[in-house]
Amino acid sequence: MSVVEKTGLPPGAEAPLVTGGHTFASISNKISEIVERKTSMVWLLSFGAAFSFVLLLIGSIGYLFWEGTGIWGLNVPVGWGYDIVNFVFWVGIGHAGTLISAVLFLFRQRWRTSINRFSESMTLFAVICALMFPAIHVGRVWVIYWVFPLPNQMGMWPNFRSPLLWDVFAVSIYFTCSFLFWYVGLIPDLATLRDRAVTRVRKFVFGLLSFGWRGGNRQWKNYELAYLILAGISTPLVLSVHSVVSTDFATSVIPGWHTTIFPPYFVAGAIFSGFAMVMSLAVVARKLLNLHDFITVDHLEKMNKIMLVTGMMVGYAYACEFFIAWYSGSIYESFAFINRAFGPYAWAYWIMVTCNVLVPQLFWVRKWRRTVAVMFVASILINIGMWFERFVIVMSLARDYLPSSWDYYKPTIWDVATLVGSFGLFFTLFLLFARFVPMIAMSEVKAVLPQADPHHGGTH
Amino acid sequence: MATTTQKRVYSVLAEFATSGELLKAAEKVRDAGYRKFDCHSPFPIHGMDAAMGLPRSKVGYIAGISGLCGGLFGMWMQWWTSSVDYPVVISGKPYFSFQAFIIVTFGLTILGAALGAVVGMLFLNRLPQWFHGNFYSENFKRFSDDAFIISIESDDPNFEPERVRKFFETIGGRNIEVVAGE
Repeated sequence: MSVVEKTGLPPGAEAPLVTGGHTFASISNKISEIVERKTSMVWLLSFGAAFSFVLLLIGSIGYLFWEGTGIWGLNVPVGWGYDIVNFVFWVGIGHAGTLISAVLFLFRQRWRTSINRFSESMTLFAVICALMFPAIHVGRVWVIYWVFPLPNQMGMWPNFRSPLLWDVFAVSIYFTCSFLFWYVGLIPDLATLRDRAVTRVRKFVFGLLSFGWRGGNRQWKNYELAYLILAGISTPLVLSVHSVVSTDFATSVIPGWHTTIFPPYFVAGAIFSGFAMVMSLAVVARKLLNLHDFITVDHLEKMNKIMLVTGMMVGYAYACEFFIAWYSGSIYESFAFINRAFGPYAWAYWIMVTCNVLVPQLFWVRKWRRTVAVMFVASILINIGMWFERFVIVMSLARDYLPSSWDYYKPTIWDVATLVGSFGLFFTLFLLFARFVPMIAMSEVKAVLPQADPHHGGTH
Repeated sequence: MATTTQKRVYSVLAEFATSGELLKAAEKVRDAGYRKFDCHSPFPIHGMDAAMGLPRSKVGYIAGISGLCGGLFGMWMQWWTSSVDYPVVISGKPYFSFQAFIIVTFGLTILGAALGAVVGMLFLNRLPQWFHGNFYSENFKRFSDDAFIISIESDDPNFEPERVRKFFETIGGRNIEVVAGE
């Protein structure tokens, strides 16, 4: 009986996915309104702020193209700095979106419907930010097309045996598949906006974008199978993309990088940081757009549980790396790890451990797992920690085999400007999305209402 | 109707109250021998394929074949560029080091299957479609909001507007409408 008292539900019953007694029509109204109503002041101000960072990004990239990568803090052992750190960080952020939309779909986790649209959008925007870094870091950016297998005047083809080229394929295919998944999910909702449109412009634009969707079962039948297939093939992508990114490191012979734990460890970290970003965005969107009925505390709690699990995986990976460094008997390997914890970058290492291993432990306590303020702060700390995780890994370069070549990497103002600018780009895209595209998948949320079931009420 | 302006009749629509009623009505429409009809709803309704007597979707075959093509193309492309057209010795590896080519092959398989699933779905659904006769109906637009609508289309061999209207009345349809336009 105590179970009933605590949750207000009988044992074994699931909490309602959507609260507030919504009907099909009220869902369409509530979500479409966000797109249809006048632009709010809060939106304009946040867009202005985010866009000013995009200008900063454009400026710093422009100067980079003009002057070359010498404007960054790179030096001889550390040939990769913020560019790769930011790349791995942003690719990782994307993973929660795919996990929510694909893996949870296959596992029939119906709670995903309230959060899948904006976590998928987050994936797209994060991958755009990610793709930018390898593109701009090449130095001679005007020959970036050399990474694609395009016939060129030199009769030259890319080297398919290089993990860096695998990255090009893995990340751009990941982007394409995420985009298709996102867009297919949008078609029925764009049709809703088309059918509600009052102005000619809106009728035209949404008419074009919704492809003439008629929601007939002959269409739903193909649609649902296509969606299922997209979910099924995006699932191995969740695992493969970050594994391929990690092989950039793992196929090298730098101590601390040349390890087989990298692919699973990177994937767990990616999902961990991705959920943290979904959490930060969900908490804000839910508050500003009044979406409490759709994104309930139960949704947030479930995400916190995933963060707890993946946070522990990441913590296990840190411990395992240390153990193997000692157990392998390789002096270079054990030096690399002792140096991480107690060397010149010890500060970054301990920020990483605090944010990624200690902070998620808060979520063992049910009350904290369900307190919005706690999860918001924790999610931001986790994102900071996960950025430092990539920083710590890359900084293994600073002290390699030869003490004579050791150096200390310090970012310049341009490194920082590009990083901050990439956040500006991410938030600008996200704000545009929140303004012009339905934030929550209306057709999917309608389908999880109890009255959507044809057997509801025992009439059938 | 067809006196002064020659209006073409596209379909007859009827609305049903719930997804359960739509499902039952679909079975009756199917049993009455109509073939060119569709059940429009704001979300997919499970069990509707059987109720309408529809075969399984073919999207899977299209996605499978295009995925296979993507994978074969990926392996062929890497073999041809790395060992035929532009052979370069890299770290003493063989020209056709297929192990290194698995990742791009895998990626292109996924890409092929994803494009196949989406393009195949659009093709089988005859999308993008700029206009459809049902869009002449104001009430039809509510399918994307909260309405459950059956439309029997004019190219059905049994189509005769008045008879269809009466049939819808007998099975409990509401807001029955004969859709006609230019």
